[in-house]
Amino acid sequence: MSHHIVEVRNLQHVYSDGTAALKDISFIITHGESVGIIGANGAGKSTLLQHLNGSLEPTGGSIHIGHTPLSKGTLPDIRRTVGMVFQDPDDQLFMPTVYDDVAFGPLNLGYSIDDVEQRVTEVLELVGAGHLRDKPPYHLSGGEKKRVAIATVLSMSPDILVMDEPTNGLDPFARRQLMKLMKDFKHTRIFTSHDLDMVLELCGRVIVLHEGEVWADGPPLEIFGNSKLLAECRLEKPLSMQGCPVCGNNPAKDIN
Amino acid sequence: MWAVSAGTIAYCSAKVRAELDDSKIPLMGVLGAFIFAAQMINFTIPVTGSSGHLGGGLILAILLGPYAAFLTIASVLMVQALFFADGGLLALGCNIFNLGFFPAFIAYPLLYKKIIGAQPTATRISVAAMIAAIAGLQMGAFGVVLETIVSGVSSLPFSTFVVMMQPIHLAIGIVEGLVTASVVSFVYKARPEIMQSALNARPIGNHPVRKIVLAFLAAAVVTGGIISLLASENPDGLEWAIAKVTGHNELKEPENALHGSLKVLQEKIAILPDYSLKKPAEATKDKLQPEAVQNHPSAKPETKSETPKNPAGTTVSGLAGGAITLGLAFLIGFILKRRNQNGTS
Amino acid sequence: MASIHNAVLDLKRLDLLANGNSSIHRLDARAKVLVTLIFTICVVSNDRYELTALFPFFIFPVAMISLANLPPLFIMKKIALLCPFVVAVGIFNPVFDRVIILQLGSIGISGGWISFASIMARSTLTVGAAFILVASTGFTAVCQALEGLGMPKVFAVQLLFLYRYIFVLTEESGRASRARELRSCGKKGQGIHSFGSLVGHLLLRTWQRAERIHMAMLARGFTGAFHASRQSRFGIPEIRFVLAWSALFIFLRFQNASQLLGSLVTGLFP
Ligand SMILES: Nc1ncnc2c1ncn2[C@@H]1O[C@H](COP(=O)(O)OP(=O)(O)O)[C@@H](O)[C@H]1O
Ligand SMILES: [Mg+2]
Repeated sequence: MSHHIVEVRNLQHVYSDGTAALKDISFIITHGESVGIIGANGAGKSTLLQHLNGSLEPTGGSIHIGHTPLSKGTLPDIRRTVGMVFQDPDDQLFMPTVYDDVAFGPLNLGYSIDDVEQRVTEVLELVGAGHLRDKPPYHLSGGEKKRVAIATVLSMSPDILVMDEPTNGLDPFARRQLMKLMKDFKHTRIFTSHDLDMVLELCGRVIVLHEGEVWADGPPLEIFGNSKLLAECRLEKPLSMQGCPVCGNNPAKDIN
Repeated sequence: MWAVSAGTIAYCSAKVRAELDDSKIPLMGVLGAFIFAAQMINFTIPVTGSSGHLGGGLILAILLGPYAAFLTIASVLMVQALFFADGGLLALGCNIFNLGFFPAFIAYPLLYKKIIGAQPTATRISVAAMIAAIAGLQMGAFGVVLETIVSGVSSLPFSTFVVMMQPIHLAIGIVEGLVTASVVSFVYKARPEIMQSALNARPIGNHPVRKIVLAFLAAAVVTGGIISLLASENPDGLEWAIAKVTGHNELKEPENALHGSLKVLQEKIAILPDYSLKKPAEATKDKLQPEAVQNHPSAKPETKSETPKNPAGTTVSGLAGGAITLGLAFLIGFILKRRNQNGTS
Repeated sequence: MASIHNAVLDLKRLDLLANGNSSIHRLDARAKVLVTLIFTICVVSNDRYELTALFPFFIFPVAMISLANLPPLFIMKKIALLCPFVVAVGIFNPVFDRVIILQLGSIGISGGWISFASIMARSTLTVGAAFILVASTGFTAVCQALEGLGMPKVFAVQLLFLYRYIFVLTEESGRASRARELRSCGKKGQGIHSFGSLVGHLLLRTWQRAERIHMAMLARGFTGAFHASRQSRFGIPEIRFVLAWSALFIFLRFQNASQLLGSLVTGLFP
């Protein structure tokens, strides 16, 4: 698995109740890319992400991670490579304390207790949650929960970080902190968001989903410049590109 | 009872670990928490105008199958006993048995599953839930009666006790059945596959009953000692167990006769154990002790109070000494606290 | 509903107390669980008319509260919440059991009152000890300790999950039931139908949450086993703690210290 390429070919998914959530999705993401997946509610973003680490099984099509096809046999390896941060941190933080939660993954990977301890400490420092170590998850604020949820995944040293709506429900300060964290992650990042300003700031590439299909795939400026596409997909320009009627800022200047 | 319940927990744990897929692990925990959450939602009981809420045993059995359900009920009762002012840690054993074993291992497999048969329909499921809930509670109530009688703490005649307990639990069972049926049929309409998967999780007939009995016996012997002594000699556990069976659909706002009397009964038997452990010799002597009578309003205290033995402590000097020790205890605490604070600051 | 809500709030508070850092907090949880068990057995196994022999046992909760720096008022309030239950149990004893067994000057005290007081004392002691255990240890650690002492793993894990999601789910259900109350204008709409679908919805959401949690567990390499994340140490302080307290409890159980002290005092001042 040298280059951690994510390759999705003709992916389809139909839920057991008959909802066709994904219809023929294809793309390739290469190593180190930062990709934002955007689309209206119900467009299929979460469904797509859950395929990337085998949480959902495709109805049709295939997924390769670093040239390894995703299948039952390769699942453990792939889950180690692809770190998945779920949308609701309450689903991700199921252990009694922050420490136990962050240690959960490494322990499952078979590291020794001392190694785990060191790893957990490092990762918690990295996300700025060292002081939360012994707290139970229900005593954390939304932003803290999110950072710890990311730590639980980083502690397994994934090569690809997948996040579902990471800034959803965060206050501006927590959002900033999180964005910095994501910027610092060196490997491939794939995340969904309705926070288009964040997508604009963090992503080198944007994939637009609409009703289970890829409607556009390209650099953020190009996509956010296409008003017709955005309207069709029930999206809007990021605020920073809308121009500011009060101060008369020229939006184009601010970017880059 | 502690021993038996502990044995069943051990057995079910082994069973769950060996046979259920690991997705059941979070499911059981979260559904246990759901029971608490669901009890925050009340509804108005049609005829009486009082309010009730979801019990738990049967619905868990329907959703999870017997073994996982039993463990979940046990954990719910344990947390309730510990934190939710539901006292009676010692009665926990009886409660787990009465509220867990009967619904999960008897009412569910022998009634619910038989009634819904191979091709469940919405109506069948409602009827089955109703009948199984009523039967489960009847058995629970009967269990309380038997435990009380067997443990020899009650002077109440068996028949009086039964006549008192069963009808009340019929009323409560109907409410519980109504609730369970309404929730279960909702789930059946929305996600039939959930209930199907629980149904497919092995029927109880699959494994020899002998094994269960053996597990019970083994646990009873092991846990025996002190704890089973406590369990069999401890009357209050039973009282609390009664309260527990009754209390699950606590009926508030006494507005009519049935209701009022239920409430009175409940209050009188809503018991925190009066943890009395008699030494065997005394226990037999105290057979006629009006203990259970005292706690049951409908029973007349016709039994004459037998003169209790005067235990050593209950004398004037004992009381004086008691007051002093109590004072000393608090003094020591105070000093420790001071020292502690000086030490840390 | 309010009562469950309050209980959950208190639960959080107890849990926060467990974050303290005192000599008691630092002890291995198993030691504290053991001592609490022995304490409970020694207290509970007293005769029903035993009152004074119970007094010396108060040294344990009092000492623990002081040593662990717990807020005494909060613990007392938690215990007081139980009082109605206990009173309901015991209040009939004085009514039915009027045999005088103690003469204090001209006032005769009946066995019923004595056993009533005894019930109160016993429940205060045992419930207090349980709260103190949780407040100085944390529910999680108590579960893990019980597991170390032989409780089946699956059951321990089950308890932990239950505890973890009580907070999430009671909040969710609180919101749902408030919304229903607001829309049901007084009494209408509080019936069994809206109840069934409300609870049913809650159940389905709970179910989906369990599925997501399971996914999250799998995503982090879960294969069905939980691994211990800490080395436990049951060292000298733990052994000392357990031995000292159990010796005291067993002594107090078989020897009425109040009586001894009392006869000493009344003997000195006849
Ligand atoms: N567990 C499920 N069962 C059935 N349908 C689902 C399920 N999860 C999502 N869907 C449906 O699939 C579609 C895509 O959902 P999702 O991937 O969650 O969208 P997004 O994350 O983009 O908002 C929606 O129509 C949604 O209703
Ligand atoms: Mg989504």
